[in-house]
Amino acid sequence: MSWMRNVICFSIMILMIVGVGYFQSWNVAWGIINLCLISAIMALGVNIQWGYAGLLNVGIMGFAALGGVAALLISVEPVPEAWAAGGWGTVLSLLIGAVTVVAAIFIYKGLPKGFLRTLIMLVVCIGGFLLMRSIFDPATEAIEKVNPASTGYLGGLGLPIILAWPVGGLLAAGAAWIVGKITLGLRSDYLAIATLGISEIIVALIKHEDWLTRGVKNVSGLPRPVPYEIDLQQASWFIEMTAKYGLDTTSFSSIFVKICYAALFAVVLLILIWFSEKALKSPWGRMMRAIRDNEVSANAMGKDVKARHLQVFILGSAIVGIAGAMLTTLDGQMTPVAYNPLRFTFVIWVMVIVGGSGNNWGAVLGGFLVWFCWVEAEPLGQWLMTALTSGMADDSGIKIHLLESAAHMRLMTMGIILLLVMRFSPRGILPEK
Amino acid sequence: MEGMEILNALAVFSNYVLVPALTYGSQLALGALGVTLIYGVLRFSNFAHGDTMAFGTMVVILFTWLFQSWGISFGPLPTALLALPFGILVCIALVLLSDKFVYRFYRRKKAAPVIFMIASMGVMFVMNGLVRFIISPKDIQFRDGERFIIKAREFKQMFGLDEGVAIKVTQGITVVIAIVVVIALFWFLNRTRTGKSMRAFSDNEDLALLSGINPDKVVMITWMIAAALATIAGTLYGLDKSFKAFTYFMLLLPIFASAIVGGLGSPLGAIAGGYLIAFTEIMLTYAYKKVAEYMVPGDEWEADSLMQLLSTDYKFAVSFMILLLVLLFRPTGIFKGKSV
Repeated sequence: MSWMRNVICFSIMILMIVGVGYFQSWNVAWGIINLCLISAIMALGVNIQWGYAGLLNVGIMGFAALGGVAALLISVEPVPEAWAAGGWGTVLSLLIGAVTVVAAIFIYKGLPKGFLRTLIMLVVCIGGFLLMRSIFDPATEAIEKVNPASTGYLGGLGLPIILAWPVGGLLAAGAAWIVGKITLGLRSDYLAIATLGISEIIVALIKHEDWLTRGVKNVSGLPRPVPYEIDLQQASWFIEMTAKYGLDTTSFSSIFVKICYAALFAVVLLILIWFSEKALKSPWGRMMRAIRDNEVSANAMGKDVKARHLQVFILGSAIVGIAGAMLTTLDGQMTPVAYNPLRFTFVIWVMVIVGGSGNNWGAVLGGFLVWFCWVEAEPLGQWLMTALTSGMADDSGIKIHLLESAAHMRLMTMGIILLLVMRFSPRGILPEK
Repeated sequence: MEGMEILNALAVFSNYVLVPALTYGSQLALGALGVTLIYGVLRFSNFAHGDTMAFGTMVVILFTWLFQSWGISFGPLPTALLALPFGILVCIALVLLSDKFVYRFYRRKKAAPVIFMIASMGVMFVMNGLVRFIISPKDIQFRDGERFIIKAREFKQMFGLDEGVAIKVTQGITVVIAIVVVIALFWFLNRTRTGKSMRAFSDNEDLALLSGINPDKVVMITWMIAAALATIAGTLYGLDKSFKAFTYFMLLLPIFASAIVGGLGSPLGAIAGGYLIAFTEIMLTYAYKKVAEYMVPGDEWEADSLMQLLSTDYKFAVSFMILLLVLLFRPTGIFKGKSV
């Protein structure tokens, strides 16, 4: 029976998107599909953490942003002048920073508790920090001075951007390992707040470390894994194809690019969902759910709860990192200010809860549905407000205000959807089996 | 002249660190008190608290505009202070509605704290949307009345120093109101019957229920106090800086940090946490160049760097680094909070 429910729900979803294509435009519809696919992958990652293991990660934004950084670092060309100016100094100073942290950890673990240990730790930390800064500051300053209007950063590796997707996953996984080591021992709500804070720190770093990401100056024009519209419009096979089906070359070229992206994203989503389903149904998946449902008894059965939590935290975060890299690829630019916790953390949570936590297909459906509502809330709100205010005089202050405010319907819609689903269908649209 | 140098250094330090940190700390402390009270009684971290602050402040701003249009003012003080009681009342009404329609259901079901927390994210979205819908997401200034208690120039003349300390009216108001509110709150918690029942409920729910405390009443009073605190904190912050829906949502981060660093559930801890976070945030990101130049004897010496530990860009990050350190080394906070 449950697959029937899946089929029905996904068919309705597809019909809704087709509706947008029919009534609004196909360009918008394919744009929605692309972001739906990415959202679905993010939701899948969060579902692995929350649905399988009950870990409350409110730092999704940070891992998505790391994926974005990967896209940047893999795809843009390196800037040799910047490397010459301060590249190695930066690397050296970061190594000093890492050594300091490791030394501090060893001292903390190796020495007996007491005043002496605190003192040595303070000396090591402050000394390491000052030493690091004394090399780091001049090096990064030199990098940022290299042609600041167009570069002013180290650049990347100049490799195909599609490589950034797995690399984004690895980067996010590495960060998740550190974050998990620090926070997974904490109670659920402390974990939530700690991850929220760490994601803010990650985004703050991306925003302000100009030598690495150009910060708020953004990096635009990242290379694409799919053809450019302008090339398509001049390619003879494309012109022939559009002529054959009677399509407008210019407008179809942008749709065609979106379809290419959608195909790539769909492949990634299918691979991930295949693995997720396999994992969920394996002994490992059963163990995870056992831990989620009763940590104490799972522990008593000899399961290493902390290690399993760390594992699942890393896996979920890696998937979010992949999605983050895909998103930056789709945007074609890295804009650190765009990382906003409402959009990148809390909306993803709404997706997981609405879709059905613990069920991979539910998370995917949630990703699609919630992103659809997120995009369509604005035109629908506009339409609703126009309908509501149609009886009022055109110069009425209330009418003008309501029409202007319609754009803010989005957040409220998200909140109301979340609260209604939690209240009346707490296991989501497609519940866990 | 030696003594003057040190006084000048002190003046610079007060002007840029002490006074702003005291003000910001008071605002955080009031916010964190609300979070900690809700945690103590309802046992969840309320993600909607920042937006509750925004909603209360928004109502205060609307009433301020109304009063201004009627020509009512509060003399040298901001009109917003007159509007504050109305803001508190409307905010209490909204928060009680959110309890009735959202949280009560989960209380009856004895849902896990995590579920409450996710529900509070839903409330957060709705409140945030409401504020943007009603007053727009723009930056709004609603301060009026006098600007300064002491201007930097007057201070210099008064004490014959090269450096002045300016104290804004909003800074003075913030500290005074924070002190009054905290005294009133502690009097209520420690001296009144209702306050004592709140503390009893927070310490041990089962025992409190056995001794005949009405849980619905305790929960209602807690929400009312939290809403009042949120509105006051939000209004003071908005007067001091400015009002913007997104900024208030982001205030949630340092407020949570303050409450946890102090020990969730401990009111005294929330106050200590608020000041601790504010002082470290400002002290770690302040450039000590000028202070150092006054402190080092001899006139010629000039610092060759800004002497800043961290760039101001990392203000928010600082509060979280402190939070992480506290969680790692003393998970219940400075003042022993509760662990559920």
